[in-house]
Amino acid sequence: MKRDIVLKVNGSAYHVSIETHRTLVEVLRETLGLTGTKKSCSEGECGACTVLVDGKPTASCLLLAVAAEGKEITTIEGLSQGGKLDPVQEAFVRQTAIQCGFCTPGMVMAAKAFLDENPEPTARAVRKAISGNLCRCTGYQQIVDAIMAAAETMRAR
Amino acid sequence: MFLRRLPKFEYHAPASVAEAQGLMTKYGSEARFIAGGTDLLIAMKKREAAPGRLISLGNIAALKGIADDGSGGVQIGALTTLGEIERSPIVRKGALALCDAVEVMGSAQVRSLATIGGNLCSGVPSADTAPPLIALKAALKLVGPAGERQVPVEQFFTGPKETVRKADEILAAILIPKPEAPSAGCYLKLMRRHAMDLALVGVAAWLKLDGGKKVCVEARIALGAVAPTPIRVAEVEALLVNKTIDAGVVAEAARIAGMQCRPISDVRASLEYRCSMVEVLTRRAVTEAHRRIIG
Repeated sequence: MKRDIVLKVNGSAYHVSIETHRTLVEVLRETLGLTGTKKSCSEGECGACTVLVDGKPTASCLLLAVAAEGKEITTIEGLSQGGKLDPVQEAFVRQTAIQCGFCTPGMVMAAKAFLDENPEPTARAVRKAISGNLCRCTGYQQIVDAIMAAAETMRAR
Repeated sequence: MFLRRLPKFEYHAPASVAEAQGLMTKYGSEARFIAGGTDLLIAMKKREAAPGRLISLGNIAALKGIADDGSGGVQIGALTTLGEIERSPIVRKGALALCDAVEVMGSAQVRSLATIGGNLCSGVPSADTAPPLIALKAALKLVGPAGERQVPVEQFFTGPKETVRKADEILAAILIPKPEAPSAGCYLKLMRRHAMDLALVGVAAWLKLDGGKKVCVEARIALGAVAPTPIRVAEVEALLVNKTIDAGVVAEAARIAGMQCRPISDVRASLEYRCSMVEVLTRRAVTEAHRRIIG
């Protein structure tokens, strides 16, 4: 069954005709060509598919694309402004929080959503905030450091 | 078998409860309601379920929202997400034990989608929202073709993945009565991990003290994941009533709680470990509920 819907992604409206059984992560990647969001476990456990839906971190592999209509969706591609990296992205680079990079878009989106609501976090709160994101490379410490550093940068602005 | 692609289905997004019920009446056994989708879509990817039609409840405004019911009680629409509950000052004030529960469920990314109604209607013995709602004397509003009815949460579960909700009924709201001061509740969950795990053991404790905050006049203790359904343990509650809540009283109540549960041994934990942990968590939950009252 196909439905014609409008998806609002990174500030743009995309008019698409898609099958109802397709999830948001599939449509973002395969229909809209936004491959920054990664598909990994497909069951909401790993966080690689994390996007923001109305500002809240969301497992896009568990959201039907047709159910995402009317929401403001932000992907990793929507984070940098005119080629300038968001403070969270900048901090990940500076703190060497990126190794293979596969978890990174999901981590950054989860961190961004968290910091927008929690500008002065403890490291413990950061760890809880990314408890839905798996990383097989870094051991998480640099990621936590990056998020704490981003928080400081964002507070200074 | 797990396939990343969902099986195909027809999809409906009704705007009202009546419309949703009409669709369910029309399509019957080939249709399933879908709320947040965090249970159902995974079951469909595993091909454990393959409904030909999904009736989404997500566009029905009447099923959403958190409100003070006018007298200090809290009304929560069944399609409210766990994330919305986590962020709600109304729930934090009027039903803190429920906040305890949602904070330890899933992950932030899951809580943005998962609904309290979906958690309850799953009927799983480990449903984290159940023990605190039982302890808080909450009731559920079910809406069906024959009309509305209210069911106390402690009567809602009949077995693993079984509830009294009929296939054509929609869980519409969770009704939490006004807190009876001085009282407080607490929910504690034991997991193998710090997140993204179901409860090995869940304990909710609610205490009401006398006006002088010395003697317990009422207690409600509910256990999750240690029986075919979430259960209240009246024998434990009786040990706390008309007593001063001190370490000895709490220890004895906790000891009895560990003997009241009927868990299974499975890949996650043994029966013996679960019973032992019921004792530990009961002690901690009662102590914390008491601390929340006396400050």
